[in-house]
Amino acid sequence: MTHALPVMLPALPEIFLAVFGMVLMMVGVFSSEKRAYRTVSTFSIMALILALLMVLFQGTDRILAFNGLFIVDGFAAYMKVLVLAGSAVTLIMSDRFLRKEGMDRFEYPILIVFASLGMMMMISSNDLISLYIGLELQSLSLYVIAAFQRDSTRSTEAGLKYFVLGALSSGLLLYGCSMIYGFAGTTDFGLIAKQLADGGEPAIGLIVGLVFLIAGLAFKVSAVPFHMWTPDVYEGAPTPVTAFFSVAPKIAAIALFLRVMVGPFEAMLVEWRQIIVFVSILSMVLGALAAINQTNIKRLMAYSSIGHVGYALIGLAAGGREGITAVLVYMTIYLVMTMGTFACILSMRQKGEMVESIDSLAGLGKSNPPMALALLIFMFSMAGIPPLAGFFGKLYIFMAALDAGLVALAIIGVVTSVFGAFYYLRIVKVMYFDETVEPLEQPIGKGVGAVMAITAVVTVVFFIGLSPVLEIADAAAASLFAT
Amino acid sequence: MFENVGVLSVVTFTPIVGALFILLVVRGTEEEVARNSRWAALWVSLFTFLASLYIWIMFDPATPDFQFVESVPWIPEYDIYYRMGVDGISMFFVLLSTFLTPICILASWDAIKTRVREYMIAFLVLETFMIGMFCALDFVVFYIFFEAVLIPMFLIIGVWGGPRRVYAAFKFFLYTLLGSVLMLLAIITLYHQANTTSIITLLGFAVDPNVQTWLWLAFFASFAVKIPMWPVHTWLPDAHVEAPTAGSVILAGVLLKMGGYGFLRFSIGMLPVASDFFAPFVFALSAVAVIYTSLVALAQVDMKKLIAYSSVAHMGFVTVGIFAMNEQAVAGSIIQMLSHGVVSAALFLCVGVVYDRIHSREIADYGGLVHRMPRYAAVFLVFTLASIGLPGTSGFVGEILILVGIFQVSTWICALIATGMILGAGYMLYLYRRVIFGELTKDNLKSILDLNAREIAIFAPLILVVLWMGIYPLSFLLPIEVSVAKLVADYNAALAAVADTTSVAVR
Repeated sequence: MTHALPVMLPALPEIFLAVFGMVLMMVGVFSSEKRAYRTVSTFSIMALILALLMVLFQGTDRILAFNGLFIVDGFAAYMKVLVLAGSAVTLIMSDRFLRKEGMDRFEYPILIVFASLGMMMMISSNDLISLYIGLELQSLSLYVIAAFQRDSTRSTEAGLKYFVLGALSSGLLLYGCSMIYGFAGTTDFGLIAKQLADGGEPAIGLIVGLVFLIAGLAFKVSAVPFHMWTPDVYEGAPTPVTAFFSVAPKIAAIALFLRVMVGPFEAMLVEWRQIIVFVSILSMVLGALAAINQTNIKRLMAYSSIGHVGYALIGLAAGGREGITAVLVYMTIYLVMTMGTFACILSMRQKGEMVESIDSLAGLGKSNPPMALALLIFMFSMAGIPPLAGFFGKLYIFMAALDAGLVALAIIGVVTSVFGAFYYLRIVKVMYFDETVEPLEQPIGKGVGAVMAITAVVTVVFFIGLSPVLEIADAAAASLFAT
Repeated sequence: MFENVGVLSVVTFTPIVGALFILLVVRGTEEEVARNSRWAALWVSLFTFLASLYIWIMFDPATPDFQFVESVPWIPEYDIYYRMGVDGISMFFVLLSTFLTPICILASWDAIKTRVREYMIAFLVLETFMIGMFCALDFVVFYIFFEAVLIPMFLIIGVWGGPRRVYAAFKFFLYTLLGSVLMLLAIITLYHQANTTSIITLLGFAVDPNVQTWLWLAFFASFAVKIPMWPVHTWLPDAHVEAPTAGSVILAGVLLKMGGYGFLRFSIGMLPVASDFFAPFVFALSAVAVIYTSLVALAQVDMKKLIAYSSVAHMGFVTVGIFAMNEQAVAGSIIQMLSHGVVSAALFLCVGVVYDRIHSREIADYGGLVHRMPRYAAVFLVFTLASIGLPGTSGFVGEILILVGIFQVSTWICALIATGMILGAGYMLYLYRRVIFGELTKDNLKSILDLNAREIAIFAPLILVVLWMGIYPLSFLLPIEVSVAKLVADYNAALAAVADTTSVAVR
């Protein structure tokens, strides 16, 4: 076993996070109750950043490890960086909220670390078994943090709902996996791909298995018609948890989606494209229409994220290198905008309590101009108005869609984006056109303020860095097609 | 990276740099901030105007090519570059934008009292987007500026507008957004055809005639809403009525011209076959627009709404001229757009003058102003006559050229839109009579003051330009002519080429 270490090396960031997470548990238990959260939180952020650096230094060469269960390539590196950045930023933003709400227990950062670990496993999975294990590690951690505000019925309800529906979707996914294994005789992505590429018409059982697999994955990315849990969980979960939910797990699930669809099942593009197009259209339409009547900003963000997933799925439906690149760019921009928006939502406090109604933003343009400006930027960006970042995400998606000949999908996409613009504009309207009723509390705290400022600036000047981002995303997408 | 950045970039981005300056540097009490923001915005916009005059002075009217061309790699993977340049068609629109912005800032000097700093920032940002749109020679850059205009305009209407401002702002935003997203798909399709987004290359690129129809319709969706054409004009009266005076000025003065410019540059320039095919359709819509909106204007009781409807009618002239596709008509429609940009802007300012004093836009609330405001009556008269198209004013030149041009294409259309001129005289003179003449009976008008020095400073340059364009239009026509001649020649050549291939195919 002299060569054991080199074989494990590709999974170094994951191993590091796992070991560090367990050490932090010990630290949490053995340090005094007052200091436990502080210490563990700080170390968790550091661990996530260290893992991120490790991923960066690992490079983008394609390496298989653990007998092909685990893969490291450019695509994995790209997605892991997004996920880890999202997790770290969430922890930074959560800090003030947790302490104010009396939720500052050390389990919170540790759960986030383990969830991130699960996501990294998902992204790097190259086998149905490792896919499932990664997914479950992530999901179990998420079920717990959704219900982290133990004394709040809303939070526990959200956790329970998420757990029941999540378990159901995991069941569907597992069932799909077993069908695929039954008909392909292997769980290895590479071998499945080879089999499909060689042997003409795919077996019907394989298609049924694939449909179940897609259903399970669609649940994880909260695409319609598997979105039912999203608004309730988003609304009920503590706000920093909602922020986390809307970014890291979503990106990881999209990554998994991409890897499974273009990896093993590339040869079945014609079969799965119909499903993805269908799911994408439904998500965009529902995301645009259902959000219009929302009064709770977290619920609104839930529908908004459903819509965004719809757009990202256009890129997947387009397929090919261009489509995947578009999804990667889209998710990068989505990460930045969503983090910024949640930084704003986390700053919505009146009289020492969190508020979530959109109307409480009234007159923010006067009472807190910098925060209003930041939220204005995020809203216009999410609506896809140039020159803000969100526009470029949509631009690439539509370019890929038209290149693949999905004209109807592209037209539905742009039209729903106009409907969607309506509710983003409504937030701008409330902030700038309405008079202040009760100003939000100030100051908003350093961590949140910094996240807000940085993401806002990035959203505005994103157009400068388009070319390099595109290049990296393109290389990452290319690695997905390499065998 | 900046070695080939030229005067166009300077003109385009000076206002936004000024806006950043106001945002980051101007500090103090509310009053100081307001005062300093006003002055900073005025100086920045004046500097921009002077810099843009340099473009006119250095512009070579002998060549139809793009001048002051800049090209910086932006997303080279997709052949998307930051490309800028102007020709005879676009150059005066740049000047129109830079000319009207300082006037708008002056016009808002006392009228805007709340959030002055944000207001000035919005205007300067808006100016950058407007200029950039007319200068852009890359489709993606063009689209970005074209749509970005919506953000500041939405805020200007919504924050500083009248009582129904929220409705008007949303309608304006969503209407125009729906049009432009379809154009985005057309732009992407063009890109996939030619593998570049360079407007210069695309102008010489023969787009597949089968695709042209769809692309034309997508562009039409965007520009017809913007210009606006009947029946998608309904956002305009609302937006105009609710916008603050300066917002109306920019809307009528520049934003409407984006539609006309788009038709000229993209519909005609890139999709000649489809343009030829759809020309009768455009004529029909325009003729309806000219007559119908003129009649609607006659019935208005709100001054701003009346002028808004008159804008739709005037833009009907422009679309007829553009799609008549001969040199007189196209040059005429450009002159008409410039003239309308100045005249309708001035008319909105005239409304703004009395609105600032009485806070009413109802025509019935006025009457007999000539007794108290002789200077105002004179100024208003100049612009009323210019709007009617009296010889010697700018309005005449454009309209006569368009009529001469369209006469060669269809006498019927010519007769129909000429009716619009008569109706135009009707509603404008009727408006003038009700507001200015008659007995001064209303109590609150008895103490109304005539134009002050600031207002005279606003109107003087506008009157100057109106008369200049009316009396010696050659200084404007000369740079326009060459580019228009090339546009028309290219258009006819493209049509001839397609006719050739079809006749060969038939044989």
